[in-house]
Amino acid sequence: MTDADIRARIAEFPDAVVGAIDAAIVVTVPVAQWAVFARFAKDTLGCTYFSFLSAVDWKDDNLEVVAWIDQPDSGTAVLMRTRLGVGVTTCPSLVPVYRGAEWMERECFDMFGIHFDGHPDLRRMLLPDDWVGHPLLKSYAVDTPYPPYR
Amino acid sequence: MSAPSPMPADLNPRLVKTLDYTGSERLTMNMGPQHPSAHGVFRAILTLEGEQVVAVDAVIGYLHRCHEKLAETLTYAQYPSIASKTDYVAAMTSELAYVMAAERLAKIEVPKRAEYLRVAVAELQRVASHCLWLGTWCMDMGGALGGGATVFLYCIRERELVLDLFESLTGARLLYGFHQVGGVRYDVPEGWAAECRKTIDLIESRILEYEAMLEDNTFFRMRTEGVGVISRELALDVGIGGPLLRASGVAFDLRRAQPYSSYQDFDFNVPVETAGDCFARYQVRMVEFRESIKIVRQILDGLPEGPISSRPGLKSVAQVRVPKGEMYARVEGPRGEVGCYLIGDGGAKPYRMKWRGASFSNLAVLPHIIPGHSVADVVAIMGSVDPVFGEVDR
Repeated sequence: MTDADIRARIAEFPDAVVGAIDAAIVVTVPVAQWAVFARFAKDTLGCTYFSFLSAVDWKDDNLEVVAWIDQPDSGTAVLMRTRLGVGVTTCPSLVPVYRGAEWMERECFDMFGIHFDGHPDLRRMLLPDDWVGHPLLKSYAVDTPYPPYR
Repeated sequence: MSAPSPMPADLNPRLVKTLDYTGSERLTMNMGPQHPSAHGVFRAILTLEGEQVVAVDAVIGYLHRCHEKLAETLTYAQYPSIASKTDYVAAMTSELAYVMAAERLAKIEVPKRAEYLRVAVAELQRVASHCLWLGTWCMDMGGALGGGATVFLYCIRERELVLDLFESLTGARLLYGFHQVGGVRYDVPEGWAAECRKTIDLIESRILEYEAMLEDNTFFRMRTEGVGVISRELALDVGIGGPLLRASGVAFDLRRAQPYSSYQDFDFNVPVETAGDCFARYQVRMVEFRESIKIVRQILDGLPEGPISSRPGLKSVAQVRVPKGEMYARVEGPRGEVGCYLIGDGGAKPYRMKWRGASFSNLAVLPHIIPGHSVADVVAIMGSVDPVFGEVDR
């Protein structure tokens, strides 16, 4: 599938808002469509390469989950994103679609406290299990003390 | 807090100790966090049936410094020298990813001479990094390879020559601060190009020696062929990168797929192997040595004259003006895709930075491929993945 084909097919996906960063396609979908779009991207568009998944804390404008995937043959890159609702910290997991999401979602849970529904083993990834809080949230100050270290 | 695991209880290393003894003993063994083959601090909780690994739980984070939070507190001019501390054996490419993200977001032009120098140091860095990989990997596999440390010392000898080049260029041997937004910080000193040619000629001849030493060695072949096979489908799915991906039959190299800096100006091959085992990963890296040297030669032959930075030297830390917006810049590091997802809010510091470390994704493949191998093979597989824990834990 060529770059142009991929763009045309994405435009037909229901509820998808399409934009761009440089040469990459940016697709914004509702949370309910998050895993559905990932499945569509992998199986139909051929975006089989999973680069990364992360989140952004937009403070009063809620959390946003982003993932970057590639079509390795045509070199087309897709940034998919979804905005969670007010106070919502759950999001469908992409692990059933991309196995690479397993560690990425664990890290995201660790740093932002986002619970991924359907993740097989959602534990903290980088921080110890007894850590309090989620450091990449904007409400978490850089100098938050962590006993016994200050 | 955790969701219930669908992994069968007898395969979940956290639950193994609650199993009834059924006659065939299962053993839980900690490999790490301090283990010579870990190349850093990495703990693998292995579940063993005799010598065979049946499950692995990887524990990382011992070197976590929260680079991403730190990036929100430092300006675009300050952070590049911190970025080099993610993948500290390939600092040149880590810095480049961050600097490129800021430049593209702010639409800052980079002079051609600077772009050529960036590629030159990135490729020299790949040579240095692969030297370290080959040496440590062969040392991990130990006595089978002519007394353990032999290949290691040879490789370190060659790596030192590249570090000498970097030292005369930047004044530093490991963490350079060479790249800056808008270009590079140092121009090549007099006589550097000649020294560089001498070094890469020497290394190219030494690569032949390594190959002769290793590829005719039955033990080396036995320990690497058919060991740790990563299928094409798994490789893409997990998102491993660099030599690992290309050893599994995927011809995906960012230098070719989405050329950045000045890679479109140079002629080089992208090696691809299809076996997906440790030996295929070795073969890919050995060709990459030569291709990197080839690129460096082309740069030395055609280095354009001109300025090395489109911006004046950095006197004030808050000089770079980056508008509101987002950008993902990625480079092909020695270990694969090193990416920087940067969100600017119009201020002097980024609103958010996500660092995509190549080793993090590469390491995530281990739980999928290790079960079924013996403990000795785990060491060979880990070495072939070439993880750098500064980049895994960030």
